[in-house]
Amino acid sequence: MSSLLVLTAACSPASNANTNPSPTGDATEVEGLGEAQDLVGEYPRNETVFTSGQQWGPPSSWNPIPGSGDATGVRGLLYEPLFQFDPKALELTPFLAESGEWTDADTYTLHLRDGVTWTDGEALDADDVVFTVELGKNPEVPWSNLWTWLSAVTKVDATTVTFDFSDPRPQEWENFLYTRVILPQHIMSAWSADELLSNANENPVGSGAFKYKAHGQDRMVWERNDDWWGQDALGLKMPMKYVVDIVNPSNEVALGLLIQGSLDLSNNFLPGIKQLVDSGQVVTYYDKAPYMLSANTAMLVPNATKAPGNDPAFRRALANAIDVDTIVSTAYGDIVKKASPTGLLPAYEKYYDKDVIDDVGFSFDPDEAKAQLAAAGYKDTDGDGFVENLDGSAMDLELIVPAGWTDWMDAAKIIAESAAEAGIKITDATPDSGAVDDARATGSFDLLINNWAQISNTPWSYYNYLFHMPIQEQQLSGNFGRVDSTDAWKLVEELARTQADDPHFQEVMSQLQRASLEQMPMIPLWYNGLWAQSTEKVWTNWPADGGDSTAYPSTWGGYFQMGGLTTLANLKPAK
Amino acid sequence: MRTYLLRKLAIYVLTFVVAVTLNWVLPRLMPGDPIQTMLSRAAVAHPESIAAMRDYYERVFGLDLPLWQQYVNYWGELLRGNLGTSVWLFPAPVSEIIGGAVPYTLAVMLPSILLSWVVGNRIGALAARSRWLDNTVLPVGYVLTAMPYMWLAIVLAWSLGIVAGWFPVAGGYDFTLAPTWTWKFAVDLLQHWFLPFLSLFVVQLGGWAIGMRNLIIYELESDYTNYLDALGAPRRLVRGYAFRNAMLPQVTGLALQLGTIVGGALVTEVVFAYPGLGKLILSAIQNQDYFLLQGALLFIVLGVLVANFVIDLVYVLVDPRTRTGMQGATA
Repeated sequence: MSSLLVLTAACSPASNANTNPSPTGDATEVEGLGEAQDLVGEYPRNETVFTSGQQWGPPSSWNPIPGSGDATGVRGLLYEPLFQFDPKALELTPFLAESGEWTDADTYTLHLRDGVTWTDGEALDADDVVFTVELGKNPEVPWSNLWTWLSAVTKVDATTVTFDFSDPRPQEWENFLYTRVILPQHIMSAWSADELLSNANENPVGSGAFKYKAHGQDRMVWERNDDWWGQDALGLKMPMKYVVDIVNPSNEVALGLLIQGSLDLSNNFLPGIKQLVDSGQVVTYYDKAPYMLSANTAMLVPNATKAPGNDPAFRRALANAIDVDTIVSTAYGDIVKKASPTGLLPAYEKYYDKDVIDDVGFSFDPDEAKAQLAAAGYKDTDGDGFVENLDGSAMDLELIVPAGWTDWMDAAKIIAESAAEAGIKITDATPDSGAVDDARATGSFDLLINNWAQISNTPWSYYNYLFHMPIQEQQLSGNFGRVDSTDAWKLVEELARTQADDPHFQEVMSQLQRASLEQMPMIPLWYNGLWAQSTEKVWTNWPADGGDSTAYPSTWGGYFQMGGLTTLANLKPAK
Repeated sequence: MRTYLLRKLAIYVLTFVVAVTLNWVLPRLMPGDPIQTMLSRAAVAHPESIAAMRDYYERVFGLDLPLWQQYVNYWGELLRGNLGTSVWLFPAPVSEIIGGAVPYTLAVMLPSILLSWVVGNRIGALAARSRWLDNTVLPVGYVLTAMPYMWLAIVLAWSLGIVAGWFPVAGGYDFTLAPTWTWKFAVDLLQHWFLPFLSLFVVQLGGWAIGMRNLIIYELESDYTNYLDALGAPRRLVRGYAFRNAMLPQVTGLALQLGTIVGGALVTEVVFAYPGLGKLILSAIQNQDYFLLQGALLFIVLGVLVANFVIDLVYVLVDPRTRTGMQGATA
């Protein structure tokens, strides 16, 4: 079976080359369309949604394969995943797929919707799904890891695909189902292996609710796809004709645009937004603190390859010595939330194990931190108010945060001040962000802050980030402190292999919560917000707690399928 | 004449080689790794996948080669007019990115420098002869030059943009417009252009005016002026000579200003969210985009060198002493 698959994969570029003559009929149409589009000189304000927050430079790529660097909306508005993910219900909802289920322990069967087409008229069918998944056989494609536990993907008929797993990992698989978008085989199979990541994919052909319209130095313009399948199949009607994403201006300019009402949704961290919300000029998800939904957890990472970070007792004591409440109120002006001791996002609240938290949890308490330090043998031998290392040498930990990240710089200062109360000496430093990246990857730091575990369908991604083993020369995706914890890693792998509705899932979750609190590889600090501030001058019905729409309102890469698209569909014109 | 030009040309070529080499070396001395910055944005959960992507990108950018080979390749590509591919805005070619930003930068910088130079020199020259002007224009000039540019720009953006609402506060053209050959679009383009231009013009004006005023006063008190006065030459003639002599340092100043224009005006572009080269260079530094940074710096180096070369030629025309010097050197 697998050899046959390799064969078909090898053939597909050639067979596609043979079918090339057919699109020429469309090409003339596209040309005529282009001329018609040139006549459209403007995007009427009441038919256009203006967003900002994701794009930091001129749009330069419409290629969704690398999973980064593509223009805002490429993944979500233009190309679509099989499923959407609802972070509120922690559920996958069928999108391009009509349904999907595990037909036995090692097999997953996917049914596609009938009648979905690419904007050039070609059908989106099982061939495209097989093509997309098999692209992962190229090692540089980001989902290549899939093929270490997937053995075959088979087209049964035009709308049915089966996946055979050598090592089924439902948690990781569901993550794949909604994070990766389905690619047009009839176009991309003509790309060489070298091009997969480096083709800019200008004039992209997608299947989504919006089509590429134009781009400029400081903007990306999308136009509604009036033939979109989702209008009938999902009942989603986009009320706006255009979506214009603006390259992030400075904070001052972004605020100015919001106040003027020329920006509808800003997904950027804007200091001082609290005042604008309280005065009613800007709306956010919650109308009081924390104002924003939580998107990821900011963690304090101690280096476990040297003293004192290598001592779990010290790491636990340090966790008790950090005044997160002051960070929340001072550095953030109450627009973030203090993290649970488990570090799990509020979305995973149903998995919190209260007994474990009561037993081994922590909270800011300098006296408790002092007691724990003393119990672990840390003493202030030279009487300067700070404890020494176990070998008697002076302790001075350097906490690095990237220069210019003002909120983190403030937080680092507060961490240093509050740790001093417990007798731990921390000095904050702000090297260039490149230097912080280097230090984090190579393990040459004492303490740093990181927040790379984002909201996802499964808490597995959080524990994968926390405990990933084996430790590499360069740690690029997690376990930056290099805590060597084989037992915890086994639990993480077990979690990946367990279905979320299996009662065993909660057991493993409880064990992992205990492991993370006892070993404390990273110290959870606060939840960074899903920054989203909107104005109601032109568009209303923005997602709000208890409102008509409660989707996650974000245009960040990977968030369109977690609520960004629903946010757009639910908007209503003002008046 | 020819030896003079050849000697100058040789010096420029040497400077160019040194500058380009520095351009190549300096970004690589920064801490951090461009590929890593790029990959960290992709948020891939598996180290194995990251390793493969990393190998791929290193191969694409040629960063897997020994340093000396990267350097040789860089010259090879440069001489073929290829500035490489941007890391930060992958996979866009550097020349394309710079090409997209240069029109905005030139549109703001060129008129503001030239106009402020012409107007500033005029005002300065007039101020040197009129006590009344000297007492009004000069203090204003000092205030303008001493004013922090950042502050002035923000005040302009806030007062004329947000409060009065006369001018837009962001973008190269209105976000509701698409570029078309229409009057509406042209007017909008001008509206977005005006504040960045005005802020630069106002700040530079003071400097030129003060410089010119001081130079004229110096010339009017020099020996040749006194001599001409003593001979009874008409006032107008004397002033004409003084003006021409005072222009020389101003011409040099102008050339140096023009040379740096491709570097863009970073603060202007940030405050008015105007898409130009300055902000690109800043982002290139922040993202360790070696290739974009090299490309942008190359433009600055070329700009300064060309401007200086042109000035050398202009000097031959406007300053008779240069011609005498050349004859002396060849004799």
